[in-house]
Amino acid sequence: MNQPFPISELGASAVDVDIRNIGLSYGTNHVLKGITLHIRPGEFFAFLGPSGCGKTTLLRLIAGFNEADGGEVLIGGQDVSHLPPWKRDVGMVFQSYALWPHMTVRRNVSFGLEERKVPRAEVDRRVAAALELVGLAHLADRRPSQLSGGQQQRVAVARTIAIEPKVLLLDEPLSNLDAKMRVQVRRELRDLQQRLGLTTIFVTHDQEEANTICDRIAVMNDGVVQQVGTPMELYEKPANLFVANFLGTANILPGRVVREGGQRFFDIDGGVRVPIPAHVVVPEGAKLVFRPQHASLTRGGAGDVLLPGTIVHSEFLGSTLRYVVRIGAAEVSIDTPFHSGETLHQTGSAVEVSLSLRSVLWLAI
Amino acid sequence: MAGATTAGRAHVPSASSRHFLRLSATPGQIALALGIIVFLALFLIVPVGTVIYVAFTEKGTGEFTLVNFLDFARTDLFIRSFWNSVYVSAMSVVVASVFALPLAYITTRFEFRGAMLIQTLGFLPLIMPPFVGAVAMLLLFGRNGTVNLLLDEWFGIKIPFMEGLNGVIFVQAVHYFPFILINLSAALRNIDRSMEEAAQNLGSSGFRLFRRIVFPLAMPGYIAGASLVFVKVFDDLATPLLLNVKDMLAPQAYLRVTSIGIADPMGYVISVVLICMSVLAMWISARAMRGKDYATVQRGGGGLAKRRMRPWESVLAYAAVLLILLLVLAPHIGLLLLSFATIWSFSPLPDAFTLAHYGRVFGESFVYVKNTLLYASIAGLIDVVLGTAIAYLVLRTKLIGREWLDWAATAALAIPGVVLGIGYLRTFYGVQLPDGTPLATLWITIVLALAIRRLPYALRACYAALQQISVSLEEAAENLGATKVRTVRRVVLPLMAGGILAGFVTSFATAAVELSATLMLVQSNADAPLAYGLYVFMQSAAGRGPGAALGVIAVLLVAVCTFASHMIIEKSQKAKGAGR
Ligand SMILES: Nc1ncnc2c1ncn2[C@@H]1O[C@H](COP(=O)(O)OP(=O)(O)O)[C@@H](O)[C@H]1O
Ligand SMILES: [Mg+2]
Repeated sequence: MNQPFPISELGASAVDVDIRNIGLSYGTNHVLKGITLHIRPGEFFAFLGPSGCGKTTLLRLIAGFNEADGGEVLIGGQDVSHLPPWKRDVGMVFQSYALWPHMTVRRNVSFGLEERKVPRAEVDRRVAAALELVGLAHLADRRPSQLSGGQQQRVAVARTIAIEPKVLLLDEPLSNLDAKMRVQVRRELRDLQQRLGLTTIFVTHDQEEANTICDRIAVMNDGVVQQVGTPMELYEKPANLFVANFLGTANILPGRVVREGGQRFFDIDGGVRVPIPAHVVVPEGAKLVFRPQHASLTRGGAGDVLLPGTIVHSEFLGSTLRYVVRIGAAEVSIDTPFHSGETLHQTGSAVEVSLSLRSVLWLAI
Repeated sequence: MAGATTAGRAHVPSASSRHFLRLSATPGQIALALGIIVFLALFLIVPVGTVIYVAFTEKGTGEFTLVNFLDFARTDLFIRSFWNSVYVSAMSVVVASVFALPLAYITTRFEFRGAMLIQTLGFLPLIMPPFVGAVAMLLLFGRNGTVNLLLDEWFGIKIPFMEGLNGVIFVQAVHYFPFILINLSAALRNIDRSMEEAAQNLGSSGFRLFRRIVFPLAMPGYIAGASLVFVKVFDDLATPLLLNVKDMLAPQAYLRVTSIGIADPMGYVISVVLICMSVLAMWISARAMRGKDYATVQRGGGGLAKRRMRPWESVLAYAAVLLILLLVLAPHIGLLLLSFATIWSFSPLPDAFTLAHYGRVFGESFVYVKNTLLYASIAGLIDVVLGTAIAYLVLRTKLIGREWLDWAATAALAIPGVVLGIGYLRTFYGVQLPDGTPLATLWITIVLALAIRRLPYALRACYAALQQISVSLEEAAENLGATKVRTVRRVVLPLMAGGILAGFVTSFATAAVELSATLMLVQSNADAPLAYGLYVFMQSAAGRGPGAALGVIAVLLVAVCTFASHMIIEKSQKAKGAGR
């Protein structure tokens, strides 16, 4: 197979990115607050968080377009905090692609190499290789305006990897594509990254995107890193309510802990009582948190508690049935697998929710 | 024509006819279109057609001939005039670019205090007729003007700023550079910052980045401005005449018709050459722009990143900006001095100051001001009515051939003022009122000429205003029971008001200082507009003081009107924004 960038050549030289205590404000608006992250060599890393939480700002800071108020950024051990963008060797794919309309695809891709005074023959070879890599060699002489959104996106990627950057930065690269293209392009990106072994940071507000292609994710909110971990870690052991809620659906039941005769109970607001297993640590002011698939409407095994409730809604989602059940003062979602021929619980009917206490999380914030 | 076709098929009772009807237009719209066609035909197409016809026919017999053009090519004076015009226009573009480039670049790309002020001051030259500035420039930069007197005293040198063609170039560049400034600034502002950041990210910076990314992206805007300057200079009549430069094409056309007579074919031949050059310049600019709509601002993007200047850059930038502003505002400064001067000759500054000129102007020359207000307002009114109607017909109806209205109205851009003037004279001199006065001698012909000349600009403003209104707003009104006419009155016109007013102001302000077309058409002093009065005053040394006072009044008049309407537009825009 024709592999223009042998993995050994680049993968071996993959570098880490060390972000240390970065703070940044626009006037009185503190956009980044003490961000510390370590991105390992060759890792596909995501910044995930709601819109406006500071992801783009942090990414642009790594690329050198924003200056931090404090802290530093190290790439491959070198402090780049005070280098201008054109000396950093980090390739950035812009959300809008930022392809230059007055240049052909080929000229767009060769731009960075020409700026680096790479010899002509070498430029031609590397441009061809980069275009080959994204499967656009046949469109090299088109203008960007003559390409589809997906193709433009791939040109933007080719333009960036042609300079063989130390780190690849992607700012919501899929957001301008339609849903079907998104799935395809994200797989291509993952394949490409794997082949190049390039340290990559991917910014998105879409948890599914981050989960499907990234090795690790930093969940951000309000300028603060909430948690760093693999997609599964984040899902199974969210560090706080924000992470639990942002990655997948979480049922959150407020209430308070009471003690009676040496046994702890959690009184869910609205009058339902749940025993707390002996070994579990429940922080002050904690809420009871569980995923929709960790409860069911059929009697479960030992260790499950039964909570009386009323069906509020039912939704058929294909492979699962989702019931919204009122327990005490709160409403929770419960997913049960759908078996054909099964009849739905009627809205308004009283049910017993069987909750596996082992899967319950106790999160205070 | 479109109306006849529709009416002919309307009574065929079939499903397809109903479909056809819907694609066509209402009788009201057809009548409106016909009205516009008649107006454009009478006051644009027929006069220009007459000019071309005369150029290609033999005098007396009316047979087709190319002899007139051969005569043109064989006459040294005309050939020299042609090349002089080309040279002066091209050099004006170069000099205007030297003024405009730094201003546009500095104000759009750096955090520069007073950027707004500079952009506003940049407009100022446009609201004064270039020939008015010419006199002031003579006094400041002429052989015995302020600058040369000082240079002579200090260094013993003189620079021929105003000698011969140089003078025309200098005056025109100072006057027309705003066209380049405006277009180039807009182009620069339309470049998304990510365009530049992507280049930095790939290792580019400084001048290389400017040359490879910013400049090419701004190129279409620059070419648009530059070609406009070229055409304007090529067509201008009064500035060379006032600077006593006669061997250029537009002055030649005027001189032929006014001195030899309206029957002499040479004036018409030169007119055809002028039209051809205009069309050529516009064609080149259109070619350069084709497929290059480089406006790249993304949603949420704010144009190029403005960066802070280092101290030495700041000093340099302010020095450059100040120097340029001083140069381009020199005509205004000179005019102001002149209007208060008793005697100003062979000295850097006037000998003493007086208010007498203003007294004289207010006493006997106020008729010019009154005429100008009247003419420019009527012309502006005609333009926005036509502009709104054409925009509506083109954008909102399915009238067959509706684009032709737009094209015909826009074609006026390519017709030099002097050509239109000659065309009106020739066409309407023969048409007489019952009492025997030729139509061409009535002041209303001046107004019509002004209206036709300014129509393309007003049309674009109305067009833009209508384009910004979502069709669904009109559909909502119709859905709630409003007829087409009532929808236009109650929804479309109020929403377009800002754009229409902007169109009116452009027409009014530029018509108020226009001379090329009117110079030919003014028959008596009582009917003359300001620009004409200025021209008459400025021709004699004794008239310069009052002329300058009149010039200052003209500038103030236009500036105040423009500013007032600008405020009204702002306010209505804000009110609309708050209503949302
Ligand atoms: N140039 C700027 N000037 C002022 N505020 C800004 C600027 N850029 C971003 N912000 C603010 O910083 C916050 C984070 O923005 P951003 O990093 O773009 O968020 P995200 O990419 O996560 O959606 C937002 O509140 C935004 O309004
Ligand atoms: Mg963002």
